[in-house]
Amino acid sequence: MGEIHLTGHPASPGLAIGPVAVLTSAAASRAAKGDPAQEAAALKVAIEGAAVELADLIATVHGEAAEILEFQVAMLGDDALAEGAYEAIAAGTAADDAWRAALDAEIAGYRAADEEYFRARAADLVDIRDRVLAGLNGADAVAKISGDSVVMGDDISPSTFLAVDWTRGGAIALAAGSPSSHVAMLARSRGAPMVVGLGPLPWNGQPPSLALVDGDTGTVIFDPKPETRRLFEHRMAAANAAQLAADAGRLKPALTADGRRITVLLNVAAPEDLAGLDPAICDGIGLVRTEFLFEGSRGLPGEDAQYAVYRRILEWAAERPVTIRTLDAGGDKPIAGLTVDGERNPFLGLRGIRLSLARPEVFRVQLRALCRAAVHGTLKVMLPMIAVPAEVDRANVMLDVEFAALRAEGIACARPPLGIMVEVPAAALCAEDFGAAFYSIGSNDLTQYTMAAARDIGAVADLNDAGHPAVLALIARTVEAGRKRGVEVSLCGDAAADTRLTKALLATGLTTLSVSPIAVARLKAAIAGVTA
Amino acid sequence: MHDANANRAAQTFATLTASAVLVNPVGLHARPSVKLTQLAKGFTAKIEIALATDGPWTDAKSPVKVMRVKAPQGATLHFRIAGPDGEAALAAMLALVHDGFGEA
Repeated sequence: MGEIHLTGHPASPGLAIGPVAVLTSAAASRAAKGDPAQEAAALKVAIEGAAVELADLIATVHGEAAEILEFQVAMLGDDALAEGAYEAIAAGTAADDAWRAALDAEIAGYRAADEEYFRARAADLVDIRDRVLAGLNGADAVAKISGDSVVMGDDISPSTFLAVDWTRGGAIALAAGSPSSHVAMLARSRGAPMVVGLGPLPWNGQPPSLALVDGDTGTVIFDPKPETRRLFEHRMAAANAAQLAADAGRLKPALTADGRRITVLLNVAAPEDLAGLDPAICDGIGLVRTEFLFEGSRGLPGEDAQYAVYRRILEWAAERPVTIRTLDAGGDKPIAGLTVDGERNPFLGLRGIRLSLARPEVFRVQLRALCRAAVHGTLKVMLPMIAVPAEVDRANVMLDVEFAALRAEGIACARPPLGIMVEVPAAALCAEDFGAAFYSIGSNDLTQYTMAAARDIGAVADLNDAGHPAVLALIARTVEAGRKRGVEVSLCGDAAADTRLTKALLATGLTTLSVSPIAVARLKAAIAGVTA
Repeated sequence: MHDANANRAAQTFATLTASAVLVNPVGLHARPSVKLTQLAKGFTAKIEIALATDGPWTDAKSPVKVMRVKAPQGATLHFRIAGPDGEAALAAMLALVHDGFGEA
């Protein structure tokens, strides 16, 4: 069998290599079944036994892991959970069948939830179900897994996860699963790489013997060729060395080797990205994408709905600056009922600020929500796809009008400063001419417009290089314009998280970089290695 | 903390209602549900929650039932409380929600 590459979603970063351990649901069946009274008593004993086991387990763990198990204890201690099972037992069903059916119904309810978070709780219910079943059947609740394995299966329960010693370098690769699951949270806090959503595993019978797990990109390679394995091990060695340094510095301010303070901000695509994050890892939020509010079938979001989300993000940041980007639809981000269908070249069409100015009735709702949210923290507002100064001027006028209207209505509000995203080469070349309160360089689009090469077109992807001297020259020019005008300049594209470019980016004079939360530790470590 | 038997007279108490918006990051999820039910169990009063003023109402002392509500972030959580310590219960429940369950 040749090597197999599968791509899923990253759930916990890091690289791992190890023998494959496939999770099996070994369901030992019960030998005997008693009358309804005996069955009910057996279930009661099994539930109580499961609660005791969990309490013992809680005593051995701390913090997040303990809270996750306490949730299971609370659910087990609630008679409502077993109600349906006891009813079925009274009607003559065996205790294990009754319990399984009742919990499967409960689990189905979670899996049908709209919110990813609630769907992800299904794994906790499965854990509860199986622990009680194991008690009824007299089996071990948790399979023994060696801590250096790549654990594979459809999904994995918190109990199974906690029973493994992850300090030995193992990882998790799941056909299903979710980055929001309790196991994913635990994996992130324990540093176990995890990939979810790989889809049906492409072999019958004999599973592969070895797997390479890349929790950064969400890929898994089974039965790698020697050369693939060698390259992977090389990457692992480099990453491990970097990780050791990074972990020490995640909560500390970013300083270069020669003591220059670099501001590290977060890129956020949805408020869920901030769940469980300590604001102390960053100096603020450099980019909140607002497209998520406009996606889905619920139509365009109202002012109150937008305000609630913006406010929550500002409150999370606790007075640290937060830059929210106005709707950046169009290009590769179509939105039903808003963007233009069938443009011959959508990347050169009606997108970003162009679309917002063309649809003022949509734009003004967002501006009002932003003004209202601005009283809850330090808000800055960024306009995407700016090409000429008139676009900023028009947006400023619209913002003034909405701010004045809110004030006249007696609604609490503040006028946030309006800055621009520098991603069109014209804006970078003439940055000084813009009446912008700040510049934030969008290196993804700036690179593709400068190099005339899209990064999702394989044949030209190698031209799409953010480290090309032409792109770096545009960045340096923007930094210089910011210095002359006395306004802040930051960079929020993927280049900020590419630590091969950190030295070159800082050499342009940039002092503020914005990256996804997962990249913060790595970036700070890379910054610490830069001199002059 | 409360003597459950002290006020067990067959009297009826006025039903108190109020609402609060869920401000914590992912709604009424696992940890908040546990906190909410633990707090509710500390009161004698009957405490119920709903996502709309006309229900359906859910027993706030049952974590299994509270999780079934699947209240998302930004949702308005309505309380309906009746019992001898109803006012104290209502104040405590609202404070918990406003405080984002200590994790907002």
